[in-house]
Amino acid sequence: MNRLSWFNTVSLTLGFAFLYIPMVILIVYSFNESKLVTVWAGFSTKWYGELLGNDAFLSAAWVTVKVAVLSSTFATVLGTMGAYVLVRGGRFMGRTLFSGMIYAPLVMPEVITGLSLLLLFIGIGIERGVMTIVLAHTTFSMCYVSVVVSSRLVTFDRSLEEAALDLGCSPAEAFRLVTLPIIAPAVISGWLLAFTLSLDDLVIASFTSGPSATTLPIKIFSAVRLGVSPEINALSTIMIGIVTVGVISASLISKQALVRQKRDEQAAARAQ
Amino acid sequence: MRRFLLIAIPYAWLTVLFLVPFAIVFKISLSDYAVSIPPYVPQFDWAEGIMAFIRELDFENFVFLTEDDLYWKAYLSSLKIAISATFLTLCVGYPIAYGMARAPEEWRPTLMMLVILPFWTSFLIRVYAWMGILSNEGYLNQVLLWTGIINEPLTILNTNTAVYIGIVYTYLPFMILPVYSALDRLDGSLIEAAEDLGCSRAKAFWLVTIPLSRPGIIAGCFLVFIPTLGEFVIPSLLGGSGTLMIGKVLWEEFFSNRDWPVASAVAVILLLILVIPIVLFQRNQQKQAEAEQ
Amino acid sequence: MQSSKFAPWDDPDAKPLIRFKNVTKRFGEFTAIDNLTLDIYEREFFALLGPSGCGKTTMMRMLAGFESPTEGVIELAGQDIAPVPPNKRAVNMMFQSYALFPHLSVWDNIAFGLRRDRMPKRDVEDRVEEMLRLVRLEKFAKRKPHQISGGQRQRVALARSLAKAPKLLLLDEPLGALDKKLRQDTQFELMDIQEKTGTTFVIVTHDQEEAMTVASRVAVMDQGQLMQVSTPDRIYETPNSVYVADFIGDVNIIQGRATPEGEETYRIDWSEGVQPLTAKSSNEFAAGQTCHLAIRPEKVAITAERPEDAANAVQGRVHDIAYLGNLSTYYVELPNGTIIKAQTSNTRRISRRTFTWEDTVWLSWTATAGVLLAN
Repeated sequence: MNRLSWFNTVSLTLGFAFLYIPMVILIVYSFNESKLVTVWAGFSTKWYGELLGNDAFLSAAWVTVKVAVLSSTFATVLGTMGAYVLVRGGRFMGRTLFSGMIYAPLVMPEVITGLSLLLLFIGIGIERGVMTIVLAHTTFSMCYVSVVVSSRLVTFDRSLEEAALDLGCSPAEAFRLVTLPIIAPAVISGWLLAFTLSLDDLVIASFTSGPSATTLPIKIFSAVRLGVSPEINALSTIMIGIVTVGVISASLISKQALVRQKRDEQAAARAQ
Repeated sequence: MRRFLLIAIPYAWLTVLFLVPFAIVFKISLSDYAVSIPPYVPQFDWAEGIMAFIRELDFENFVFLTEDDLYWKAYLSSLKIAISATFLTLCVGYPIAYGMARAPEEWRPTLMMLVILPFWTSFLIRVYAWMGILSNEGYLNQVLLWTGIINEPLTILNTNTAVYIGIVYTYLPFMILPVYSALDRLDGSLIEAAEDLGCSRAKAFWLVTIPLSRPGIIAGCFLVFIPTLGEFVIPSLLGGSGTLMIGKVLWEEFFSNRDWPVASAVAVILLLILVIPIVLFQRNQQKQAEAEQ
Repeated sequence: MQSSKFAPWDDPDAKPLIRFKNVTKRFGEFTAIDNLTLDIYEREFFALLGPSGCGKTTMMRMLAGFESPTEGVIELAGQDIAPVPPNKRAVNMMFQSYALFPHLSVWDNIAFGLRRDRMPKRDVEDRVEEMLRLVRLEKFAKRKPHQISGGQRQRVALARSLAKAPKLLLLDEPLGALDKKLRQDTQFELMDIQEKTGTTFVIVTHDQEEAMTVASRVAVMDQGQLMQVSTPDRIYETPNSVYVADFIGDVNIIQGRATPEGEETYRIDWSEGVQPLTAKSSNEFAAGQTCHLAIRPEKVAITAERPEDAANAVQGRVHDIAYLGNLSTYYVELPNGTIIKAQTSNTRRISRRTFTWEDTVWLSWTATAGVLLAN
């Protein structure tokens, strides 16, 4: 089992080539001198310069980050509450409906979610803008947060909370001092997931944004509809770069923590 | 009191921003079209009560959907594209997941990260990357012309082929991850036992590995199929005018034709179509959870 | 041995620390505790013993405040504790899983409860140091729970639950996760700490040896009811039912019919064509009443010849021998098919063992060796 058979080697190589070649091409051609994106005309970083000079992109990027930070934070608070209610809430009126509402947005086509929220906002007469996108993003990403956090809560040893109560904590203190620090990694990954979902979203943002607020995906979409452009290549490269650094460092940190924990546990076992 | 708030806040949020909007979509799908903003004439005044609602129930928009064969075709073609793309994704994803599960232990976290990384990368950018590859002057045609395999550039962008490629590419991680986790749990000695009992390699794979990875295959297929059915970005960027997918139709009905009642009716039917696979998916997940206990 | 010095349960004037009054606890259809009444006194080391599902854990969780009785009253020092939430009770619990907070150091785990009481910082420090000394973990104060061994974790959990000097300490299977050798050492340590701190301990266990070792009194439970509450020696020597006799240690149960024969003496007819047995009992039996004679294997002597003066003697064939190192248990089959266990100490080397398989032997015991039970 230690050596890969030729079949597995081939399938892994082809598979990862398929996954990564398009992105590599995108990155390489973002350094292309020529305006014609498919013809290589020498190395240049001028498209990055142009991107930084493009106020429309910059302001869209700013709106996107603002929306993502706000919505992922709200979504994390609401989603964690939702997860807690699902796992620890016991029985209450309408529990089935509640869990249905938590899981349904995960499988809902974005066009429907977007359309329905837009009709709601028009119906109650809210002017569309940053606020409405934040509301929309919070709603669908809180469900993702709930799923991530509740899968951690299910394996959480309940006697830890009981021990906290037993030692004099009020239920709220027990949550703040014991439960929250322990489930923190899940809450953080929930936040990251909500943040990425919000950064990525085109469809729901298109429905719920108004003329005053354009997010980066909306901007990119309207630009690429017209065809491939070197500026978008540069922008994509920056976004891919940020995600790659983020994901790799996150996995290194968690791997290190795992290694440290294993080492400590072995040391403890030997000490016995 | 605290418990009440804890339940009430997320409950109220989801009710207002998820459940009520659906009621509105449903209501508008039963309204008449009118050129105004909002471009619909409400069919139902809440005060009139349920009886009046039922009396005035108007399925005109749904009748319209059945009469205009554009919608029929869009639904059917969405289903066809989603089913074939799911199958293609399985064919591409399974060998990768299998290779990962057979890879040396110390490689696996890295391989896993390589699968997850595209998942965190912008969906839009990943679809966009294929536009440059598949266009008539694109990199793929350049390579093929240069090697002499073809003399004329192939038209791939703005066809259904490009849509399939886009779906397989973007949804591949959703297929690989559940299949991999099923294969990873598979006890290697089962294959050895099958071979010991006289199976050939291929036969052992067919009789042992495939059935035991079935829950992963099913989960992966649903995870690809369900979002693909309502997909909008891929058909609108990679597909052509001939590519009919219901997500795209809904978008155009809404933004281009501004016919909100019809768009809502399209959404209601899409939802009804989705209910079946979603319920099946839930069942599959539940069965798996029970089996694990 | 303890009962001679310390026996508040025999003193009619003693006020119990804990009083269960007709307590019933139901979970839906299932009755976990069935109309149970029990007194536990201050400074006692009280063991709740029973198989899993007998309701012992429910009793403990009701004391801690995680469950409330469906019917009846639980009093702590004369006060009904039903309205007091767990975080306001002068009761602490040591959890079966230890429930040490993984994100806090040993020191902070022990200080956790003290800080909740807004105790001044200096006092917290003094108390934690004292607790660390008590459980001999001074060197490990800075470690996290996953950096210490299972036995050390157990001691941290004990220190944490004792830190607030509770009136009552509840221990839920405290030694269940330790291996046998460590468990025996820890049992004595527990008793030592209980004596030092003077705290009332209530321990829940399914391990009868553990209960017998540590407890001043043992309550044997089954299906939500108390079968017997008494000191370990009395539970062992004079069980009040076949269930208790069988649950605690090894026992031979012989069913028969009792016939009174003089003062507190009964003749037991137990099998056709076999000589009746004689047993003394303070329990009254009517003539012809069904009875069960419970005899511990170590009280049955095994000999080659029939002993002259034995009150009861039966002949049989050695069917099996279980060699346990210090002891051997002989499974002797009587002509009517009954198997009686007899235990002897292995004071000699095994090669010089007197009896072997298929040997014909005599089993004998005195009239007071067994207990005569109605059910």
